[in-house]
Amino acid sequence: MKVRAQIAMILNLDKCIGCHTCSVTCKNVWTNREGMEYAWFNNVETKPGIGYPKDWENQDKWKGGWRRKSNGKIEPKIGGKWRILANIFANPNMPEIDDYYEPFTFDYEHLQKSGEVQAFPTARPRSLITGERMEKIEWGPNWEEILGGEFAKRSKDANFEGIQKEIYGQFENTFMMYLPRLCEHCLNPACVASCPSGAIYKREEDGIVLIDQEKCRGWRMCVSGCPYKKIYFNWSSGKSEKCIMCYPRIEAGQPTVCSETCVGRIRYLGVVLYDADRIAAAASTKDEQALYEAQLSIFLDPNNPLVIERARLDGIPDSWLEAAKRSPIWKMAMEWKVAFPLHPEYRTLPMVWYVPPLSPITAAAQAGKMGIDGGMPDVKSLRIPLKYLANMLTAGDEKPVATGLERMLAMRAYMRAKTVDGVIDENIARRVGLTAQQIEDMYHVMAIANYEDRFVIPTSHREVTQDAYELRGECGFSFGDGCLPSDSRPNLFGGVKVKNDKPRMGAY
Amino acid sequence: MRDTIFHILFVWYPYVCISAFIFGSLIRFDREQYTWKASSSQLLRKRQLFWGSNLFHFGILFLFLGHFVGLLTPTALYTLVITPEQKQFVAIIAGGVAGVVCFVGLTLLLHRRLFDARVRQTSTYMDLSVLVILWVQLVVGLVTLPFSFAHTDAHVMLTLSHWAQGIVTVQPVDAKTLQGLDWPYLVHLVLGMTIFLIFPFSRLVHIWSAPIWYLGRPGYQVVRTRRPLGSRGQPGTYTPAGE
Repeated sequence: MKVRAQIAMILNLDKCIGCHTCSVTCKNVWTNREGMEYAWFNNVETKPGIGYPKDWENQDKWKGGWRRKSNGKIEPKIGGKWRILANIFANPNMPEIDDYYEPFTFDYEHLQKSGEVQAFPTARPRSLITGERMEKIEWGPNWEEILGGEFAKRSKDANFEGIQKEIYGQFENTFMMYLPRLCEHCLNPACVASCPSGAIYKREEDGIVLIDQEKCRGWRMCVSGCPYKKIYFNWSSGKSEKCIMCYPRIEAGQPTVCSETCVGRIRYLGVVLYDADRIAAAASTKDEQALYEAQLSIFLDPNNPLVIERARLDGIPDSWLEAAKRSPIWKMAMEWKVAFPLHPEYRTLPMVWYVPPLSPITAAAQAGKMGIDGGMPDVKSLRIPLKYLANMLTAGDEKPVATGLERMLAMRAYMRAKTVDGVIDENIARRVGLTAQQIEDMYHVMAIANYEDRFVIPTSHREVTQDAYELRGECGFSFGDGCLPSDSRPNLFGGVKVKNDKPRMGAY
Repeated sequence: MRDTIFHILFVWYPYVCISAFIFGSLIRFDREQYTWKASSSQLLRKRQLFWGSNLFHFGILFLFLGHFVGLLTPTALYTLVITPEQKQFVAIIAGGVAGVVCFVGLTLLLHRRLFDARVRQTSTYMDLSVLVILWVQLVVGLVTLPFSFAHTDAHVMLTLSHWAQGIVTVQPVDAKTLQGLDWPYLVHLVLGMTIFLIFPFSRLVHIWSAPIWYLGRPGYQVVRTRRPLGSRGQPGTYTPAGE
């Protein structure tokens, strides 16, 4: 056993209102630079939909994640090491920027400087890559917002697998949910595995996956390797970039920007302990539907004295062990089992988990045609098909998702009985396999969701790992190119881009 | 005058280029690793890249290895196996085929870089120059083929390889021996050396980083540990984990 700690995240989709505050604050902090305009470390998609980049969940097309070979071992789905190197000159599994969208600005100046014209002056889009006029904007990070676009196109969503999807195109049966997406900081990251330079790495102390900007050579295999398509190739710097889990904030004990600014308070951050020696076995589990349970099985109980003892030997600080005990992740994902990994069948063992959303009960159930079980509607009568959620969160196994949803419904019924009728009905808790105390805790963490319950982040112990004296005079955080980007100062090695050599008009 | 120019071009200039190549690369690697990259434009435009890039790279790798082995293998060594005449014949055929393959790829790439607005606008002037220089160099290289057919006795090949071996062993031959060569050979030599000269200032540095070490990585995963102060090893060293 080798105990490691990971900062993990849970998103409670039941409370996500799709406001995109997370995306916008993230973009303003991390990706508002040339080359990264098209990249959203965090974006919010409306489901069902094919998402951003287009069709990212279709791994027959993009070949992201891992493949289990007949000998029981796994290798990246884009191929083993020889195959990855053979494809290095032209990567056949890489999206083009149009699969995301061509970044653009608007000709705002025209609004002020336009002469007298018959039609009202408008600010038309202009490409940030070529500087040329763009007639039409075709895609974006939230293009299918609130079910935008035809059902025929949106229904190519891979999560419809095994579902008679036609009826969900009818207005009466339509359903939707939001899916905020970011890097999963996987335990078995396919991006790391497919990077030929070894520039991508997982940090041992907190599990954050980062790209060493000095070591990245731009071979762009990680873009294909990541099944969530959360590695972005910076077309200006020629290097890949990804969500850094706001590590400068995490190290200081602060939540990530997306979590901090979430107005719905849907995000949770905390420590989980896991056995690093069992990663390979869990990720190689034969049955795809058993991958969720396999992943659960490698997490270690932070209250178990044996685990604590072993963790200390493996160098995990006591403050982290304390945080692990109070971790909202442990409670929601492992104790109450209401949160699930996104697409466990990719075999990446993702560490950003999701609480599936409840949805209005269908008209059929309201009309008394479907089961209402002791004040609680049958989860099968929820508007969002169980199978759809299961395809997204448990490789199609409906049972764990149903249990999770039932527990959330039970929490509502229990609290309604308690606060409205003044009755403590322990039967409700027992029926879903929980105790009354657990339901109260769930209510506290998931419904009240106080700041200190959502974010239990121990500060990193830099003082034992890095001599601050060596860091003196440095410029702090940079995007990999020292304190100034190569483009903005004379540099023998950086070179001047053709487009940057022209005088720029107005604000960038 | 002609002697002086030849002496400068074929005795001095090679060392200028080699020095710039080696020290430029070292300095850039040491000081500017952020700029050290392949500069792929595939994200912006897939079109023409599959054939262009693959044909170009496989062609030029073959040509580079062919030149390396062909010019620097001591005559005494290869004559144990084949005669210089046979070697020249092999070089013409193999080099010709690889040259045509490379030409098709390189022409596609050059066309793409010049005429695709996305790629053109995001190129640096050095990106454009490198492609043009390589294209001209390749064309001149192909132009030497008919000249080589005119003298199948291998004396040109021997002259060139003696010159190259002289440069590498720091015992340069008299540049006068090159004066009898046809112009494409001379242009090809000077341009070839120039490619080494501009190498560290261009995207060509990615050749140094051909990631063959990937094949030797134990398992697939990379985990970096920050070792506690005072323990052996620097923070940030690799601890490869199993797959």
